Amino acid sequence: MTQQYSPSELLICLASRVMEDGTTAFIGTGIPMLAASLAQAMHAPNLVPIFEFGGTGAILEKLPLAVGDMRTYNKALAASGICDVMETAQRGFVEFGFLGGAQIDKYGNLNSTVIGNHAHPKVRLPGSGGANDVGSACWRTIAIMIHDKRRFMEKIDFITTPGFLSGPGAREEAGLPRGTGPYRVVTNLCVMGYDDITKCMKLLSLNPGVTIEKVIESSGFELLFAENITHNEPPTDGELRILREKVDPDGLYR
Amino acid sequence: MSQNKSIPIFEEGEASLIQPIDLDGFREHNRKKTKKLIDKTITEKEAIDKYVKNGDYVGFELYGTVRCPMSLTRELVRSGKTDFRIVGQGVHELDLMFAANMVREIDFTYISLEVYGISDNMRRRVESGDVTKIVEWSNAAITWRFKAASMGIPFIPTRSMLGTDTLKKSSAKVIECPFTHQKIALLPALFVDVGFIHVNRADIHGNCQIDGISGFAFEMSRACKNLIISTEKIVPTDEIREHPDRTIIPYYLVDAVIHAPYGSWPGEMAGMYERDEPHYKMFVEKQKTKEGMDEYMKEWIYDLSDHQSLIDKVGKKRLQELTL
Repeated sequence: MTQQYSPSELLICLASRVMEDGTTAFIGTGIPMLAASLAQAMHAPNLVPIFEFGGTGAILEKLPLAVGDMRTYNKALAASGICDVMETAQRGFVEFGFLGGAQIDKYGNLNSTVIGNHAHPKVRLPGSGGANDVGSACWRTIAIMIHDKRRFMEKIDFITTPGFLSGPGAREEAGLPRGTGPYRVVTNLCVMGYDDITKCMKLLSLNPGVTIEKVIESSGFELLFAENITHNEPPTDGELRILREKVDPDGLYR
Repeated sequence: MSQNKSIPIFEEGEASLIQPIDLDGFREHNRKKTKKLIDKTITEKEAIDKYVKNGDYVGFELYGTVRCPMSLTRELVRSGKTDFRIVGQGVHELDLMFAANMVREIDFTYISLEVYGISDNMRRRVESGDVTKIVEWSNAAITWRFKAASMGIPFIPTRSMLGTDTLKKSSAKVIECPFTHQKIALLPALFVDVGFIHVNRADIHGNCQIDGISGFAFEMSRACKNLIISTEKIVPTDEIREHPDRTIIPYYLVDAVIHAPYGSWPGEMAGMYERDEPHYKMFVEKQKTKEGMDEYMKEWIYDLSDHQSLIDKVGKKRLQELTL
């Protein structure tokens, strides 16, 4: 019997499962922090979380509330500064990077800067922060998104963070490091990857109870489909227990 | 003789520089700064009266609610000085400055309340046009711009920002690297008129040591024309000399030293105290409306005369609870 779980808990578990043991991952505020903490407790004890203001290799016993707070270097291997960790990514040491945004397009480009016109914005968003650097320098980036048509758009208002830009070869043409780019999009409906040839977003697996039609009608651009679309397991009892008792006992993300 | 060969510029950010680059002016300014080990301790108010002018380019370190020079920020707000150009990194200080409508131009990287969502103070000032110029950068780019200034050079190349609108709305330029012949983004050095940094301990001359992550204190401190330090503890210089490897900011960079225990409150300080979560959550609610934020500013800034009166208002008992 599987327990009841919230949409956030499902997102956290899906993101956690993408993280591999013995790798480095750039961790931003919110769900990636919970996912990294869960991954360390479940299958990836040697996951090295990297926080942009200098925390490297923390043991995530208590949920950080900010990318620079003391919990981001709790029992860490190193506490340096922003230049060190960003340069580490630029030298090719960081495998995964987690990203979010208000809008994403089929090439995985992300907007976290502005809704509407830059000079006269409808909504001014928080801005790039480390996102552009993570999207430029990490080998594989994973976007965590709420899935609806206002967010999955044919044309986004502003490219804050590079995905595959205008398509195959565009990152290299722009001067971005060879072999880097978007890897997964984890949403409340599904997990997507990218087509090797066209670099367009491709549906890989569906969350429990979600149909392909639901994903299509929630996306503002034409999706590609994997040959065998699989189903994501709901959060296991073990994942939920660790999430609720250890990772987020105060229930900030329930 | 080699022929005149030019390096191609592929792309230029649309924005002009908010802060001009004057390398030799910076050197000459630094030459004039005292190298004597003099006592630089003064109050927040004296430091702001002496070193800050309307329209200055100001910078804060660290970030969010972590190791923030809040006692200096509150005094800056009370001073009534305005029309600042700022580096938009370091969140809680800027929330107060936006509320007081002191900001005109921003080198913008990230302004938000992190897990508590968007900054409504920032939105009100940007969307209304009170802020007249915004130039976009990434976090690494801003810090590397400080690094270029700290090196005394005009720009630094990077592989960030390429191919994006972030670059289009910046003042960066994309050129062909003369060595690799790949495209590379050039970030202009960023010099700060007045910088504010809060540290764990300093001596009266301004030798500063920081616990925990060092954020971008190293780079920014070296990019400032005038640097105002607030510190949790004033220690004897002998204590600095016992652990010179811990000194992130040497005294000759520093113009003023302010003794400000709990100077990062309601934020945190590594190894010393935690963020005041109930107070911060109250602030988060207040900042959602202009009226709420006005009340907050009156109660926690304008009705108080200085940092000591804030400490008295928060109370010894509460501060003890936050202390690690």
